[in-house]
Amino acid sequence: MALTLTPNFNEPGKRYFRAFSAGDDFYEALIETHRDLSDVQSALLNARLVLLLSNHIGDIGVLREAMKIARDGV
Amino acid sequence: MLSTYQYPKYEYVVPPEIRSGEPGRYPVVVVGAGPVGLAAAIDLAQSGVPVVVLDDDDTVSVGSRGVCYAKRTLEILDRIGVGDACMARGVSWNVGRTFFREEEVYNFNLLPQPDHKRPGMINLQQYYLEEFLVERARQLPTLDLRFRNKVVSLAPAGNGATLHVETPDGAYTLTADWLIVADGARSAIRRMMNLDSEGRVFLDRFLIADVVMKAEFPAERWFWFDPPFHPGQSVLLHRQADNVYRIDFQLGWQADPEEEKKPEKVIPRIKAMLGADREFDLEWVSVYTFQCRRMQQFRHGRVLFVGDAAHQVSPFGARGANSGIQDSDNLCWKLGLVLDGKAPDSLLDSYSEERVFAADENIMNSTRSTDFITPKSRTSLNFRNAVLTLASDYRFARTLVNSGRLSVPSFLIGSRLNTPDDAAFAGDMVPGAPMDDAPMQEDGAEFWLLDRVGNRFMALVHVADPAAVDADLAREFKALAGGPVPLEVVVVAAKPGLAAEGLRVFADCRGRFAERYDSAPGTVYLIRPDQHVAARWRAFDASRIEEALARATCNTL
Repeated sequence: MALTLTPNFNEPGKRYFRAFSAGDDFYEALIETHRDLSDVQSALLNARLVLLLSNHIGDIGVLREAMKIARDGV
Repeated sequence: MLSTYQYPKYEYVVPPEIRSGEPGRYPVVVVGAGPVGLAAAIDLAQSGVPVVVLDDDDTVSVGSRGVCYAKRTLEILDRIGVGDACMARGVSWNVGRTFFREEEVYNFNLLPQPDHKRPGMINLQQYYLEEFLVERARQLPTLDLRFRNKVVSLAPAGNGATLHVETPDGAYTLTADWLIVADGARSAIRRMMNLDSEGRVFLDRFLIADVVMKAEFPAERWFWFDPPFHPGQSVLLHRQADNVYRIDFQLGWQADPEEEKKPEKVIPRIKAMLGADREFDLEWVSVYTFQCRRMQQFRHGRVLFVGDAAHQVSPFGARGANSGIQDSDNLCWKLGLVLDGKAPDSLLDSYSEERVFAADENIMNSTRSTDFITPKSRTSLNFRNAVLTLASDYRFARTLVNSGRLSVPSFLIGSRLNTPDDAAFAGDMVPGAPMDDAPMQEDGAEFWLLDRVGNRFMALVHVADPAAVDADLAREFKALAGGPVPLEVVVVAAKPGLAAEGLRVFADCRGRFAERYDSAPGTVYLIRPDQHVAARWRAFDASRIEEALARATCNTL
């Protein structure tokens, strides 16, 4: 399986009429998760989140591809 | 500062109540002659309702203010007779470009589909829109537009509201059976009624500069995150009519608004952006902050709140004036039916429900844009910049770039006026949807669907061949029009033809209606006067249309 790089956000049971809505739902939830945290706490939260999502994806080939793209842009 | 616009001065006329000494009584009074109040007054008056509009000023909006008018608004402006004037003066655009530092990372097209009458957006200074609306209002015999008439107190009652009004000739009293409040964000009427509008204030300041210049910039919206000429902040550029350009600079909360408005402060910012060689003149400068808030309900008995008086959004996304005009669009047909005794006044509760839903959607979208544009923490800024660094190469990240989600109408899917589907349909034209436009033909001439629907309920009945609609079927269609709520039945077919009994036929010659509405012979759409879908079926059944019409007007059969 290859890394998905096209828009892929959705929520079961929810109907979207605008192309931006699902991604904005996600982004709002992401920022909200960090509300009122210090920078140090936020960094820890992000690390935990990466680990949780990585395990969910499972396919290490896909994860290596994502890690490479993320690293190349820094 | 230069001025490209000559402000009209509208004449004050002695009100009849002062001439006669008798208090007046009117079915509808509108407070506020801004775009939303005027749109409402015109909408009602063009269907024959006597309307008085009271405004404490005698000219149009000072400064360009609301400049972006969206496709749906243009369709409403068409319906009330000013769409062409706005199009002729405004700058049409569909493409927006977003830059991060020096690089373009993303662009969007508001209207990628062909075959729509109106573009995604036009830019037009608010004073032009108001001027065109005033001209239109003055053509309507039942519309009484009163400048320099200031409401100083009101007493709402069970069957209306009594207003005390001051003029240059003294005060008078008039009573409205229904009062439409369109007096803006700082609504004096809302205060007089001790009603609140609650929400969130954003701690940021923005500078607006309207600049007059000859430039070859295309008619596009350009947005910069962290540009070299204004580091750490955002900048937005829009082209308006008369070679006026709107530039918005984010300043941050610490900026001193009085200091920032001074030309010696503004001009260097613009030169840094446009280059030292570009000649320009300043036309208007303002520093603004913003809030997102709304009233709990937009209906309070006989008093109906519309536009900024009812709700406010941040400016990113142009959802202020656009949503106000959609309030008016939603309200006026309902008020018209209630005034005619053809619907119970509970129909007006659906105005509040539907437009509160829309206001929440507008507030949500403009708040999300604001949070993306002006991140409130280091982590938010990191995510924002991470999205921008991924956006030029990866499509998923492009959809996350949020420089403003520009005004689009709400799909009123939860409305109690809708009749739920009982058959499968593809596409987005669900009950509650704002209608998509489509090119059609009638009597051999092309027209736009949205120019011939609206102002009354319609049933669009799709048939394979209009000539096969015999006299019995045509009479069955026409019998529907005989009910208390006006309803027009029109036949839709892929090809032109004559139907019996003089039924109108809309020919879907390019197939766009069939495509956009997932419509086929047998399909019936019931359309509201504000061009929203009320119900749809896969087969014609007069009794179900009557039931859906009753539901859409809060009538019981």
